[in-house]
Amino acid sequence: MATQLRSADVVVVGLGAAGGVAVQPLAEAGLDVVGLEAGTWLDRRDFAPDEIRNNYRDWPMLVKKTELERPTARATSSQTANRIGSHPMMNAVGGTTLHYWAQSWRLNPWDFQLVSRTTQRYGASRIPAGSTVEDWPFGYEELEAYYDRVEYEVGVSGQAGNILGEIDPRGNRFEGPRRRGYPMPALRWTAFNERMADAARGLGWHPFAGPAAINSTAYQGRPGCGYHGFCNKGGCPLDAKNSPHLTTIPRAVDTGNLRVVTRAHVTTIAVDANGRTSGVNYLVGNTEYFQPARVVLIAAYTYENVRLLLLSKSRGYPDGLSNNHGQVGRHYLSHHQGAGVSALLPYDTGAWYGLPAQGVAVDDFADDNFDHSDVDFIGGGNLWAMSDRRPISAAGMGTYGRGRNWGSEWKRFIRENADRTHSFYIQKTTLPYEDNYLDLDPQVTDPLGFPVIRITGQFKDNERAIAAFTQDKAEEWYREVGATEITRGGLGGSMGATTHAYGGTRMGDDPETNVVDRFGFSHESPNLGVLGASVMGTSGARNPTLTSQALAWRTAQHLVDHWSDIAD
Amino acid sequence: MADQSRDRSPISRRDLLKSAGAAGAAALLPGAAAAELPKALPAAAPAPLAVAPTGPLMNLTAQETEILGAMVDRLIPSDDMGPGAVEAGALRFIDRALSEAESDSVQAYRTGLAALDHYSRYTRGAPFIELSDRDKDSVLIDVQLGGATGAEVGFVGSSGSFFNMVKSHTWQGTFGDPTYGGNVNFIGWDILGYPGVRMRVSEEDQSLMEAGQLPPVRRSAYEYGQFQITGGEE
Repeated sequence: MATQLRSADVVVVGLGAAGGVAVQPLAEAGLDVVGLEAGTWLDRRDFAPDEIRNNYRDWPMLVKKTELERPTARATSSQTANRIGSHPMMNAVGGTTLHYWAQSWRLNPWDFQLVSRTTQRYGASRIPAGSTVEDWPFGYEELEAYYDRVEYEVGVSGQAGNILGEIDPRGNRFEGPRRRGYPMPALRWTAFNERMADAARGLGWHPFAGPAAINSTAYQGRPGCGYHGFCNKGGCPLDAKNSPHLTTIPRAVDTGNLRVVTRAHVTTIAVDANGRTSGVNYLVGNTEYFQPARVVLIAAYTYENVRLLLLSKSRGYPDGLSNNHGQVGRHYLSHHQGAGVSALLPYDTGAWYGLPAQGVAVDDFADDNFDHSDVDFIGGGNLWAMSDRRPISAAGMGTYGRGRNWGSEWKRFIRENADRTHSFYIQKTTLPYEDNYLDLDPQVTDPLGFPVIRITGQFKDNERAIAAFTQDKAEEWYREVGATEITRGGLGGSMGATTHAYGGTRMGDDPETNVVDRFGFSHESPNLGVLGASVMGTSGARNPTLTSQALAWRTAQHLVDHWSDIAD
Repeated sequence: MADQSRDRSPISRRDLLKSAGAAGAAALLPGAAAAELPKALPAAAPAPLAVAPTGPLMNLTAQETEILGAMVDRLIPSDDMGPGAVEAGALRFIDRALSEAESDSVQAYRTGLAALDHYSRYTRGAPFIELSDRDKDSVLIDVQLGGATGAEVGFVGSSGSFFNMVKSHTWQGTFGDPTYGGNVNFIGWDILGYPGVRMRVSEEDQSLMEAGQLPPVRRSAYEYGQFQITGGEE
């Protein structure tokens, strides 16, 4: 029998990138907030610069809930789904932001109005067949204030490219207008970054330094980045990576209005006879609790948000909470980040003390930043030339056709070339399609016996065409800096579990095609809100975290401003 | 094969390999690592002689250890460019890993090493450790490419999976943080020219590295004193 706890105003399920940000405006408004987090607090003593631990042994994660619940995946519904690899996310206060790359992009205005702008410029026939993409229910301008707020509250470094319509050529000329610059300058560049930027300018492109939730200078009493080189899937021993566990969560705790419960494993969301959400059931170890709340916000990442809804069946919601329109799990997409391009260079790149958020971006081929009249796709890709290298992974580099990857000849090769390889990270517009979706796996369960999520999805012609196009551009760029060898990855096939998973609880005005309304609250159970990239209907060509944080802040602010309408 | 590290070493590499498999024998590592600094990096203070990563392994028999040692030695050999994976302590790293993080892999090692030896006897007419370097390499190429797969050989699944597992662990034991028993005397990091674990890298450090003039730091991450390895707690 579950222990019935004292009722809270709001319970937030998951204190990661999104939930960890939303708690600040809620607690500051005086609401009584409970934050349920499956993981534990971790701090900088846990963040040793140790590649074996970070990159091969799944790091300190004391609680491996995500790992034990990792999804299965298949390309099409005619196949059986398999579990491959490990879960890319982690459980902790702060969630995966403890070890993420921290690239903190705003989406571009086109990403919010993909359908209408494409139709207007090229005609409706250019929307790929089978895609379920819609315009967002609002434009970039609506989110701008929240982007700005999060950039300053969390701390984002970067170089503005468009302040109130004035273009600054040092930044991204294609970004939407921002009210002011970033609170910190961009992370520094290496000599190789400078060389890449010069080459891009020589090609007529517009390179700039990307934004990161990493201090480039001291900010909010914490130091600037130490460039120690273990940022990729590593926590920051200097507290210079601006996870909510250092920023918004402590501020919420300081109000006295947020109670953080760690090792809380939420199993289902409960509803009352009227279909309103009444609280959540969770376990700590084997002990069951019921946390009643007037409003429930789920912020457990895309896979778990969808899973929690599908597992929360009741008489009013026989197919899962907020799923009476059959939309939970639909409009799923995972960012096409594959189809990479790598090069061997005839000089050292000085990348040992880099980080994935340090680098040179080119946005000329993203979104609708160029004329698509003569290409067979819409959208595009952001080319990101970063600086990231660690010893074990460096020793695992490809040999570019120079024989086997072990032995004395290989040893000679690696002595010469360990610091001479480079790979582009190219994020591409990815669309939702009718036959890409999430549901519950009919066979595979977690240790409690609950089904895990099953991903059915593959990249389609539009994504593959962008991949080929951006690979050409990447190759052109590499030739400009003297690459002696260039290799390309495949154009992309099935979707596995990733850190860039979108949709499943899409946001939109039409309840027939969307799970949550324009503010992030369920069309069916109005005191249930959803936070995270699961509400996003388009991916853009850049990392999702800042957008999901801005949306989370907006949903929380809307709740504060309309408390009695939503809670009563 | 010329083996320069042997000339500088108080004991031969063959002794090191054997002692890894023979119980109890303590030995010293070749001190070649410090003399073999890579590329343009200036020499730092010579690394102290470490106690050799020898003695009986906990998770493998003496015979299994000999076969594994011979395989690891071919993956990253000691040669005229300097010491390799055996000198870096990759065997001790693997043994410790099999007691801890990789304990699920003990059986895969057992089965795989027996199959490797079986395949070697079956196709080359001798136990793996007695083959010439050239024949060892040709056997390992078969194993890597999956050509040694088959019920009569004994690999579980593709022989390539066994190869990749050993290779991955050997790379971790050669190029990873020394705290796990590998990368002794920073042999692995010297092969790569990796200038070591630093908590803060200034712009000047970065420029020096780009000019090939940044002296390597020879420290494990855990020598910085602020880190716990077990993971945090509330």
